[in-house]
Amino acid sequence: MKTDSILLDHGSGGRLSHNLISDIMLPIFDNPILSQLHDGAIIDIEGMRLAFSTDTFTVDPIFFPGGHIGDLAINGTVNDIAMCGAMPIYISIGLIIEEGFSILDLEKILKGMHVAAEKARVTVVTGDTKVVPRGTADKIFINTSGIGLISGNVDISSHKALPGDKIILSGTVADHGISVLLQREGINFDSSVMSDTAPLNHMVEAMLATTKKDIHVLRDPTRGGVGTSLNEIAEKSNVGMIISEEKIPIKDEVASVCELLGFDPLYVANEGKLLAFVGSDPADEILATLKENEYGKDAVIIGEVIADNPGKVIMKTRIGGTRIIDMLSGEQLPRIC
Amino acid sequence: MAIRHLEEYRDPEISRRIVDKIKNFSGKKVRLMEVCGTHTMAIFRSGIRSVLPETISLLSGPGCPVCVTDQNEIDSFIILARKKDVIVTTFGDLLRVPGTESTLQKERAHGGDIRVVYSTFDALEIAGKNPDKKIVFLGIGFETTAPTIAASILSAKEMGLNNYFVFSAHKLVPPALHALLKSEDIRIDGFILPGHVSVIIGIRAYIPLVEHYNVPCVIAGFEPTDILQAVFLLIKQIEARKSKLENGYQRVVTFKGNEKAQKIMHDVFEIIDVPWRGIGIIPKSGLMIREDFSSFDAKKVFDLSVPNAPEPRGCACGQILTGIKTPPECPLFKDICTPSDPVGPCMVSSEGTCAAYYRYHGDS
Repeated sequence: MKTDSILLDHGSGGRLSHNLISDIMLPIFDNPILSQLHDGAIIDIEGMRLAFSTDTFTVDPIFFPGGHIGDLAINGTVNDIAMCGAMPIYISIGLIIEEGFSILDLEKILKGMHVAAEKARVTVVTGDTKVVPRGTADKIFINTSGIGLISGNVDISSHKALPGDKIILSGTVADHGISVLLQREGINFDSSVMSDTAPLNHMVEAMLATTKKDIHVLRDPTRGGVGTSLNEIAEKSNVGMIISEEKIPIKDEVASVCELLGFDPLYVANEGKLLAFVGSDPADEILATLKENEYGKDAVIIGEVIADNPGKVIMKTRIGGTRIIDMLSGEQLPRIC
Repeated sequence: MAIRHLEEYRDPEISRRIVDKIKNFSGKKVRLMEVCGTHTMAIFRSGIRSVLPETISLLSGPGCPVCVTDQNEIDSFIILARKKDVIVTTFGDLLRVPGTESTLQKERAHGGDIRVVYSTFDALEIAGKNPDKKIVFLGIGFETTAPTIAASILSAKEMGLNNYFVFSAHKLVPPALHALLKSEDIRIDGFILPGHVSVIIGIRAYIPLVEHYNVPCVIAGFEPTDILQAVFLLIKQIEARKSKLENGYQRVVTFKGNEKAQKIMHDVFEIIDVPWRGIGIIPKSGLMIREDFSSFDAKKVFDLSVPNAPEPRGCACGQILTGIKTPPECPLFKDICTPSDPVGPCMVSSEGTCAAYYRYHGDS
């Protein structure tokens, strides 16, 4: 049944989101830079290569354990730029604020954004603010855009995964999505789950200092989770992948909540993690570099790229079986019984 | 060492040993049915089919509450969603199920007040906060869920709420199993019985089934070792030509079950004949709100008459739910019927067999 209206599923990062982009948006804005559909656009201006990215944040609730919408907004764009192999430098902020929003809360968010920007070593250089009547926006929406510099020899994009590449995940999955979900639904679990929102650019910088040519793909698995990101890369690079379920790091508490609610942690959002597809020779060295970073302590090689079954992501389960990790069609919904 | 009830039941070494024991049997072809939608998903997620010998077929049964909800009932939900003074509260899974011309998700996009809740108590809270609206809870699910819905009606009565209603589409598992075994089209050599339903109804609820049909049955939990152990126990029975009822989920399932939950269900609901999508009417398999609580019965309070809706042409949901066909044998599977564009509920429900095949099985 086709739809004539936008559904929430169109914003979930899964298959419907992809269809919206490929069926409606790409044909309208058709150009070779956009059609790469990487986390950011990689542009060449007179020999200087820049990464340019934008992201909009509508998270509800705006304050959650581990951070708030402002942290996501700065880190989100910093990370999208970093996933292009670029060093993020300048950020813009666009605010849409609902009439009646608390100025104290606004200050708290903006101060938090300043701290996040300092931590990421980026500067907020321009911005815009709109206020809309009560009821026409949900408290506050934030857009951030950013630019970063790509140094020579760095060539990272989702098309570049090669058979033999090792797939590194920088830490535990599903922390952010579960933390926000528990807050939003007022689910009264006694829980210490916190969002993992964090800037990943220093980690990427350290990796690139180890080697430039052997880092093929970088991706931060936000909406749609690790499962969706792996599928996107498998499709773009036209390669297969084998992932080992046992290797995927997850906090006990997050795993328990996922079990209770019937969510698959592979599809739950992360905000401070990256996937790196790297050549097999330097893989261990790159892994060690990640583990030295405060945000990469739990980094682990979770699988590898293969030539067989291009476009498919296969998982070896804990009990030695296999299953396909497919792309989600829309939002995950909690179990009934 | 503390038992955490998670890792131990996913232990690869234990799983491997159980599979080895299974492989030691004769290798006779057997067809086992797992009834519960959560089992369907668990089997796929852990890749159990890929470690079992090919002679063992695991069929998925009608234990997916969304999948067996009749198309007419889905259309009734849509009517409710279109009423301006109604807030529809539902478990998330129902949002995407296609009725004859719409889904709850589409109605929400068009302005219908439809809210996903995690429990009926969220719905009661919404009713309390919105006295000028009518809050209808869409009650689907089997014996695991029905007691909590019954409890919500009792609570609503106690609280004096006059704007809380339940649309009961609840169904019972044992009558469905009887119907499956009565049918000549279906050959099932053993059942993996649903773990959480059994917590409520107890082991004793299945005794008539086993005695009448002489079919091996094992109640199973949802972790990989639980399911593998259930398969092992069933094969063991089949090879020994026995047919017993065994409890493989001893950590939570008892002989009598949860009697308090059973009483609440009995107090609020009576048992009636109801249609199961794709299967037809199964006698004494559904729950209707009793006369004493009719003021909470959405079916009595609202006019929800819908034209009799034929099920979509080509959709093999009914045969898939009864284990006669597998999803790849449905002409619409993957081609016309996909998770983003489902024709039947088996594709859209998170516990639907078609959704599980699509998501976890790929083309292999």
